[in-house]
Formats: sequence, C-alpha cells, structure tokens
Amino acid sequence: MMRSVYAAVCGAMPVLCACSCSDTEGRTTRIEERLVLTGSSTVAPLASEIAKRFEAESPGVRIDVQSGGSSRGIADARRGLADVGMVSRALKADEHDLHAVTIARDGIGVIVHADNPVAALDDEQIAGIYTGRIENWSAVGGEDAPITVVNKAEGRSTLELFLAHFGLASEDIQADVVIGDNEQGVKTVAGNPHAIGYVSIGTAEYDAAQGVPIRLLPLGGVPASSAAVADGTFPLSRPLNLVTRQEPTGLVKEFLDFARSERVHDIVREQSFVPLTK
Amino acid sequence: MLRVCAAVAGAVVLLIVGFLVVESLPALRDVGLGRFFGDPSWHPAAGVRGGRFNLVPMIVGTLLTTAGALAVAAPLGVASALFCRFYAPKFAAGAYRRIVELLAGIPSVVYGFWGLVVLVPLIARLQPPGTSLLAGIAVLSLMILPTTALVADAAIAAVPTEYLRAAAALGLSRRGTIFGVVLPAARAGILTGVLLATARALGETMAVLMVCGNVPQIPHSLFDPVRTLTANIALEMGYAMHTHRAALFVSGLVLMVLVAGLVAAAALLSRRAADA
Repeated sequence: MMRSVYAAVCGAMPVLCACSCSDTEGRTTRIEERLVLTGSSTVAPLASEIAKRFEAESPGVRIDVQSGGSSRGIADARRGLADVGMVSRALKADEHDLHAVTIARDGIGVIVHADNPVAALDDEQIAGIYTGRIENWSAVGGEDAPITVVNKAEGRSTLELFLAHFGLASEDIQADVVIGDNEQGVKTVAGNPHAIGYVSIGTAEYDAAQGVPIRLLPLGGVPASSAAVADGTFPLSRPLNLVTRQEPTGLVKEFLDFARSERVHDIVREQSFVPLTK
Repeated sequence: MLRVCAAVAGAVVLLIVGFLVVESLPALRDVGLGRFFGDPSWHPAAGVRGGRFNLVPMIVGTLLTTAGALAVAAPLGVASALFCRFYAPKFAAGAYRRIVELLAGIPSVVYGFWGLVVLVPLIARLQPPGTSLLAGIAVLSLMILPTTALVADAAIAAVPTEYLRAAAALGLSRRGTIFGVVLPAARAGILTGVLLATARALGETMAVLMVCGNVPQIPHSLFDPVRTLTANIALEMGYAMHTHRAALFVSGLVLMVLVAGLVAAAALLSRRAADA
C-alpha cells in the first residue's frame, strides 16, 4: 500500500511539472519584452521591489532579478548575459567601460546608547573596540564600564562595508552580540547603556527621531545623517549602481530612469537606503 | 484513507530530509564533513578555501539552552500540575489552568521581544552584555513550561481514582500519595510532555535569536552569549550564497539528526518504561 501510494505521488510529479511548464509557455507568448538584472545581493532586494512596481505600471514587461555578487553584475553586464548589472560599490578604474547609474546610497552609522557620554570616536578607536584591543569605555573617555560590541552576522552587506572601511577581516572581530537586521541592532543598543553597534543610517535616524534612546556618532568629523550620505561626504557609505554595457536605450533606459525617479523613493527608504535628491 | 494520510505525512518528512541532504551536498562534498567539526571558527562567507565552518559551538549552544530550559521547566511544570490537582482550591485551580493555557498560546516573537527589552537589560546590569545563555534558558523555560505543565496535569488527571481511594484507605498522607502513587502512575504521560517540550526548545528560533547574543563560541559561563543551530540559519540565510548557503543547510541537517536522536531515545525510554 505504502509503496503504491509513493508510486502514485511520484507519477503525479511530472504531471504537475508539465502543468507549470505549459503555464509559463502560455505567458511567454504574451510577453513583449524582458529584462534580466544580475549582481549584488545588497541591490537585488531593492531592484526587485522597483522592478515589481515597474512591471505593474508597464504591462507586457517582465523583469528577472538574480543576485550573485557585484563582480557577477560587472561580468554579466560586460558579456551581455544580463541587460543590467547591479553593483553595490563605486566602479573601479578598469570598469569605466561600463555605464553606471546610481539609484541610491547605503550608509552605515556607528550607534551608542543615548546616555553614553562619549561624543565621538576616531577610526582607530572604533577598530580597536571591534578587535578587542579596547575593552573599557574609560579608555576612550567614557565611564568605567566594559564595552559590549554588537556585530552583524556573516554575509550581511553592512558587515562587509564596515570591515572594508576599517580595513578589518571578519575573523579579527571580537563580538559580544551578533545580530541580524538593523532593527535588532537598534534594540540591542537601546537596551544596553554600554553597547556599541553599527546599523543603516536611515534606520537609526528614524528610530532616534521616534524617541529610541540611541545616538549616532560622527565619523571622521562628519555627522552621520541621511543628508551626508546622499551627498557622498559621509565616509562609511557607498553608491548602489546599475551598470550597462552601452549607453542605455529603449526599455533599459526607461527602467533606469524609473529606478532613479522620485516615484521609487519610498521603496528606497523602506529598504533602509538613502534616496538621491537632485 | 487513513493509510493514505499516514503515507503522505511520512513522505513529507522523507522529502524534507531528502531536500536537506541534496541542498547540503555541495558543502559536504567541497568542504568535507570533518571541517564542520574541526575548523577553528565559523566564518563561512569566504567560500570553500578561505571560509571556516565549525558547527560545534552551535551544537553546544542548542544542547545547552535546551537542557537548561528543561532543567527549569520540567520540575516547575510537574509542580504546577500537582498544585493544581492536590493543593489549590477548586476555583483557583480552574483560573490557574486557564492562565497556563494562555501562556502556551503566546507567539514566540513576543517572548523574544519581551526578553530583549526587559530580561536582557536586567541581566546586563548583573554582568554585561546581557544577551546570554542565561537569557536564552530563561525565555525558553517560560515557553515550554505550559507544555510540561498541561501535559503533566492531564497525565495526573488520568490516574484512576481507585488508586487515590486506596491510598486514602491505607492512611497515606497527601505527600505520600503524590510521591508513592500519583507520580509513578503518571510517569509515562509526564515524560511525553517533557519530550514535546524538548522538541519545541530544540526548534525554537525567533526568541533565542533575539536574546542569546548569537556569538558562535562555546560558552564558559551562563553570562556568555551563545548561538543555536536554528539562530545560525535564520541569521544568515537571507544573504548566504553558494558554499555558505549549503553550509547553512548542513546546520539544518545536524539539527534534524539531533531531533531524530531524541525521538529514538524517547522510543527506547518508553519501551523500557513499559517493560518495567
């Protein structure tokens, strides 16, 4: 009995498969145009939200978003495997054969509890705290209390950007708490007067304005704010780029213009990035 | 009809295991099973060569939080059931039971959130950072307490009244009745409740993710942060690719093996209990 049912389930699978296949085929006949985006896993969630809205506004267009890292975005755009590559950093010197369009900026702010008397930390001190060389707030002009270091989980783009800015390797970091998303970071620091963490500036600004007891520290003398991220003066920030092999035309140009327009600023903010204001 | 249902339920489990194995194969093949237990740390994002894949801290974290929570919740649950059946006045027992049932219905995110904003700052005042093994055990105990309490309560209620009358006729004290008659008779039911609670504690993700600190290390004290296998997956899955992703499926596979081991141990225990 058991065996016969199992056989029946297996037998049903190709049928199910066949159904879904014919469905997509049915749809392809209606699709007039199709865009493929590949690249950075930081940009991918933002790009797919923008793509969803773009699809809704222009029927007959289908956009595929696949993540696989910024270098894949560059390579695929160059070889024509993707119409648009997603790159979560500024283009390198040997990549200027590609056309880049910045759709948003990503900025990371270092946060402490609102009651923490430390007004600012320089890069050296922050690196020292995160690698365990500095373990007490008194060493950087604060109270005599051990520092609780809040770090991000492996694979998060915020962690990569943070490490790259301070020239650290993931293995060097001596964390006391590892968190997932920005909100969890904000709550952890808000609940511990001796904690230090880093989160997306958009999220931290919003929460601080809502009365959550956290404070953004300036970095390299630049106050951490969305404005400083948007104009590119904040050091711990990066552009989120869409790149194409040639000067964009037709549907690609339409999509890129849409992704830069004010109509997607709410999506950009939702993903805790900073929209560009011209 | 019943056989079909059973077969489907069984097939789903087999499919999940199969899927876990297939998804973790790239990591098992390229990294090798040995490195999941022998590498110096957990830094899987750098790929097969540069990455490090030690899962032992997460296994230890899962076992410690679960064992700690059981050590707290199992005696408390049995005590609360005994209180309900033998000591509390009738109206109080009814109200108390409703409250425990309510406790069972609270979603785990709420426990986690409460732990993060109330419990963790309290522990941090004792010994920073606050997010710790202790916080995980406390939140997990609260979460599994209703399971142990309610199942133990039902098991004690199922003890035949003849036993209780016989105990009374023998002139046993209330204490003597409880420890000499009720608990031995209800043992199998109480054990079932503890097993259900263990399974819930092993699989709990959200609450422990929020209060445990998630540092992949073997803790030296109750105040050290730990990471569980479930939190490991939930934290990193969204952004993991290639080998990293497959390594997370290996965490899932290890968790599955732990649960299977638990089920096997439970079967063995209950068989021995039935023989005795």
